[in-house]
Amino acid sequence: MASVSISEDSRFGLRRQARLAGPLSLSSGAQLGPVDIAYETYGAMNADKSNVILICHALTGDQYVASDHPVTGKPGWWWRMVGEGKPVDPARHFIVCSNVIGSCMGSSGPASIDPVTGEPHAMRFPVLTIADMVRAQAALLDHLGVDRLAAVIGGSMGGMQALTWPTLFPDRVESCIVIASTARHSAQNIAFHEVGRQAIMADPDWRGGDYYADGKVPSAGLAVARMAAHITYLSEAGLTEKFGRRLQGRDAKTFGFDADFQVESYLRHQGLSFVERFDANSYLYITRAMDYYDIAEDHGGSLARAFTASRARFCLVSFDTDWLYPTAESRVIVHALNASGAQASFVELSSPFGHDAFLLESPELNRVVDGFLRGGRA
Amino acid sequence: MTDNLRPDLALIARTVRQGARVLDVGCGDGALMAAMRDHSGVDARGLEIDGSNVAAAVGRGLSVVQGDADTDLAYYPDASFDYAILSQTLQTTRRPDLVVEELLRIGRQAFVSFPNFAHWRGRLSLMWGGRMPVTRLLPDTWYDTLNIHHVTVDDFRALVKDRGWVIDGQWFLKGDRETTHANANLFAEHAVFLLRK
Repeated sequence: MASVSISEDSRFGLRRQARLAGPLSLSSGAQLGPVDIAYETYGAMNADKSNVILICHALTGDQYVASDHPVTGKPGWWWRMVGEGKPVDPARHFIVCSNVIGSCMGSSGPASIDPVTGEPHAMRFPVLTIADMVRAQAALLDHLGVDRLAAVIGGSMGGMQALTWPTLFPDRVESCIVIASTARHSAQNIAFHEVGRQAIMADPDWRGGDYYADGKVPSAGLAVARMAAHITYLSEAGLTEKFGRRLQGRDAKTFGFDADFQVESYLRHQGLSFVERFDANSYLYITRAMDYYDIAEDHGGSLARAFTASRARFCLVSFDTDWLYPTAESRVIVHALNASGAQASFVELSSPFGHDAFLLESPELNRVVDGFLRGGRA
Repeated sequence: MTDNLRPDLALIARTVRQGARVLDVGCGDGALMAAMRDHSGVDARGLEIDGSNVAAAVGRGLSVVQGDADTDLAYYPDASFDYAILSQTLQTTRRPDLVVEELLRIGRQAFVSFPNFAHWRGRLSLMWGGRMPVTRLLPDTWYDTLNIHHVTVDDFRALVKDRGWVIDGQWFLKGDRETTHANANLFAEHAVFLLRK
């Protein structure tokens, strides 16, 4: 291959999109193709392509891991972890972050146009799994000329993808960092997602998912889904500290159903700002993919068996106030990794912020990730 | 290589074979693991109960899992390590005998080190002062010490005999120097045993 400098190669850089011919064979048996993947890359691949790190995003995340979000203008969702001088550093690593399929930030999903009909897929889009998201990422890496990942890293649903990677592509993953995540969705996890989906589908504007033509989207339902989910990302102690029973911009209760309490006002704001940037059908599809997620189930009921073909090093991190994916879930993974003889590290970090802690300031998390990544270069 | 290690750890680090697979139970911040990895090419894994210790160990590139020796050893397969190491942790476990059984199931051999409660200083303190000893090796008072099963060299030998374990090596320390086997129960501050089943 002719030597092409990274900067001249249109495959690399910010706000990229690739159309992969596909078709992609999905867990359901359906085929998806062609597949669009929106992604960003940071830094440069080294000569032996040994410095590639894939970052996987969470349910409502996107490819803008370390650059400003085009809709909200906010800095990248994991700027504390990815960037100059951070544990994942474009000065040393070639970093890839792609929007999961099923999402709505440029990758193929229910809102994208079905080339056959010329209309949005809507609910005719095939139901996806976490494994399907990972297969799409692997196809993107093929397109980018990347064979092996020095590391795959993710928190929450990103952690599910990261953990799925060595089970599907054991030869392509050298290390794997799974933060605030799980090896399967619990009944409680599924229950919360079902509340969110029902809120969306109960919105009269949802119309079986065919709401794209007139721009009247099921924003009330999606906002309620987000509000319910947002509670699960926080902790009771965190909510009490931040809001307590304090009233919002008033001295007394109104004896009505306005947002009397600060916590109500906060949640309403979270719901409203979310609908600006997210597609309701994507929310249905991605939560479904998470609910179907159970790595052991895909390996005859044995989680340890899922990792026997992998030589990867693993690092798991949980947070003590995370009740969405509590420490016990990470321990299940650690025990399976120990049983399979894998090199595994695990630590429970302390934080008052619940599940969201992995996105927030945590010098300990950065220290663990940095040390783990450097440890592989011994 | 082992100059800045605690004496019992330095002794273990000198004794393990090059390139061995080692599980360090109660590995602290990973000082022993790092020394064995850097100087003996050992494939070391750790188990440690304290989160900040684990973060420190992982931060230095070691594979350490946060967990409890009393409950989490069950998840390691039989004979998956050449050595299992339990340094200064035996006396803090709920069931020291069961923990050593687990070490000998997981490792082909096990290093066990502990402070000797029958050292003469402790005996004097108890006999003349009538108080639980607070010494250099046992610096905590009775109510805040992590040591819930105080053990002596002779106690440990009796346990080994009772369970039919085999002693492949034993070392006794006074300060940072090795001391005689004779009257170890009286003169050793610290004991290191290498056992197998």
